[in-house]
Amino acid sequence: MIQEFKKIWKQYAIGMLWLLGLLWPLLGIHPDGTLTFQKTFTVWLYILAGTLVCLFVYVANQGGQLRFITTPVDGVKKSISLFVKPFPRWVWFVVIFVLAVIYPQITGRYATDVAINVLLYICLGLGLNVVVGLAGMLDLGYIAFYGVGAYTYAVLNVTYGVGFWFCLPLAAVFATIAGCIVGYPTLRMRGDYLAIVTLGFGEIVRIVLNNWMELTNGPNGILGVKPVSILIPVFENGFSFEIFWVKKLQFFYYFALALAILVIIGVHRLNYSRIGRAWESIREDETAAELMGVNTFIYKLLAYAMGAFFAGLAGAFFAARMRFVSPESFTFLESAMVLCMVVLGGMGSIPGIMLGVVALIALPEVLRDFESYRMLIFGATMIIMMLFRPAGLIPAQRVGKRSEEKE
Amino acid sequence: MEYFIQQLINGLTLGGVYALIALGYTMVYGVIQLINFAHGEFFAAGGYMGVIVLSYFAGLGYMETHPVFCLTASFALSMAFCAYLAIGVEKIAYKPLRKESRLAALLSALGMSIFLSNGLMLTQGVYDKAYPSELFQGGLSFGLVTVSYLQMLIVCLTGALLVGLNILVFKTKIGMAMRATAQDKTMSALVSISSNRIISLTFAIGAGLAAAAGIMVGLYYGSVRYDMGFVPGIKAFAAAVLGGIGNITGAMVGGLIIGMVEIFGAGYLSGEYKDVFAFIILIAVLYFKPTGIMGENIDDTRV
Repeated sequence: MIQEFKKIWKQYAIGMLWLLGLLWPLLGIHPDGTLTFQKTFTVWLYILAGTLVCLFVYVANQGGQLRFITTPVDGVKKSISLFVKPFPRWVWFVVIFVLAVIYPQITGRYATDVAINVLLYICLGLGLNVVVGLAGMLDLGYIAFYGVGAYTYAVLNVTYGVGFWFCLPLAAVFATIAGCIVGYPTLRMRGDYLAIVTLGFGEIVRIVLNNWMELTNGPNGILGVKPVSILIPVFENGFSFEIFWVKKLQFFYYFALALAILVIIGVHRLNYSRIGRAWESIREDETAAELMGVNTFIYKLLAYAMGAFFAGLAGAFFAARMRFVSPESFTFLESAMVLCMVVLGGMGSIPGIMLGVVALIALPEVLRDFESYRMLIFGATMIIMMLFRPAGLIPAQRVGKRSEEKE
Repeated sequence: MEYFIQQLINGLTLGGVYALIALGYTMVYGVIQLINFAHGEFFAAGGYMGVIVLSYFAGLGYMETHPVFCLTASFALSMAFCAYLAIGVEKIAYKPLRKESRLAALLSALGMSIFLSNGLMLTQGVYDKAYPSELFQGGLSFGLVTVSYLQMLIVCLTGALLVGLNILVFKTKIGMAMRATAQDKTMSALVSISSNRIISLTFAIGAGLAAAAGIMVGLYYGSVRYDMGFVPGIKAFAAAVLGGIGNITGAMVGGLIIGMVEIFGAGYLSGEYKDVFAFIILIAVLYFKPTGIMGENIDDTRV
């Protein structure tokens, strides 16, 4: 134990010295021919203090010095689980649902806006979860399907005046077709090749959106997309329908909520179906899955298509909500952000991904001052999660038992 | 015809740069079978270090009096800096995950890439950073074809680095150790080759080459940006795959081909879609011949 801690501290010291050597050339050499040290040391000391606290907590926790904190926390956890257990699960679902329904009534416009964002990203995250978490294929161009969905609605609506509800399935279908087009040539590859090819495809879609002036209006984007409309029966002067434009954020929130609930149910059902089991077997060992009679090609293509389908749905909602689309919204960084949500929450775990989305969308809203550090923290989160907790914050529960696990 | 030759020279310049970056991908893939997503960021960091050192010397006024010294120093310092960066990155983000699943290592590499490019942004600013422009004005004209001095420098330097690397890998003991590690880690460990050290060395060499490429691109286009590593990174990866990943000669050839295709595609087909050509080549190669032009045995787990 002591030996281990010595090793940790030694590595930490080396690492911090390395960081100092890295920071100084970037911060201390100036174009006017001067060398300074103060700024480097200030930044370095901040980092040193921050990491030192984290490391102290980690070491103390490992050494059992934090029992005075962990014991009561465990106690609270236990009492919570004791309180939760007696009620069946649907009670909690109802509670959460009711909270979600009254949420826009008790909060302001800004909070509702953030919540809509969270709901759309939940759809995206769960869609990507099908590809990455269940089928185990790293897809780095996922946001392209979101873009296809958004542009489908925007173009059809602005150019041809087609309504939202007709475009919604079309957006999903187009995204699915795009998914199949990407999937078909790439699915013969595995792992890292697949990752980089999907990255390439994502870039191709963005470049095409950027340059196809006639259809997409290029980098300027498409303005004036109509919001969602619904027909409301009116009983004055007999009976007729009236078009109601959902312009108010509150109403749109309910549409996003409905979409998110549908996606959650859909992904849950897929996960616990024969298809979900096939995906998991492909993730664990593709060769073995094929030997067991799983048609790996079809199932991988299906995973791709399903992921793209959910992204297309979310994309159409995105276009209807922003009422403006431009290629700027569909860059690689967006893909990386969705991936980071999935990784943080736990690949394959639906509650985990919801938590991951909330953490990565809502927290930056609270910490506005650290806006420019956002992507830096995302990157660091991904590395740290992979190093210390690869299964995510809420690890996925396995379907069935594995042979090596004891009864 | 003049246009064609002019484009050929431009393609050679760009192709050399891609070849330098592609070597890093291919060498790292050779030893640890992992795509180093952060490699493009080494390239960008190299470009930044170049501009930092060059403008420091320009600020001191050495640029007019000792231009050769300034340029040499910027290349040397920048390559050293990136090698130093790459060794640390490997120790933090890749080494602990060597035995984990490939997905974990890939995600960690991706996180490192995002982290580094944003770290560059935070320390160096969001906007383009201009290279001191007084260097390399003019060029030689052969009839209607002009070759700028800068292009000559890039081509010569790239050639020298490639030859140097070939000598290092195929003629020295260190190179032999690297090739042995790439083939079989256990067996090379038995003949007392420290695989950790070789992996660090490979990362350092790859990052050094990428840094040289970064300075060249910075000099050629006149400025650097924090996210400049992303697209050239994918294109260089395409080059590495085209040449057969893990194969050093293949990466050089692949880099030249990708550079040529991009320049000719932009010149004769469409300038707006120039980035697409490299991706299409990448996808086509992976679909029809995943081993690449010069790739040898690729077992099932790799592709």
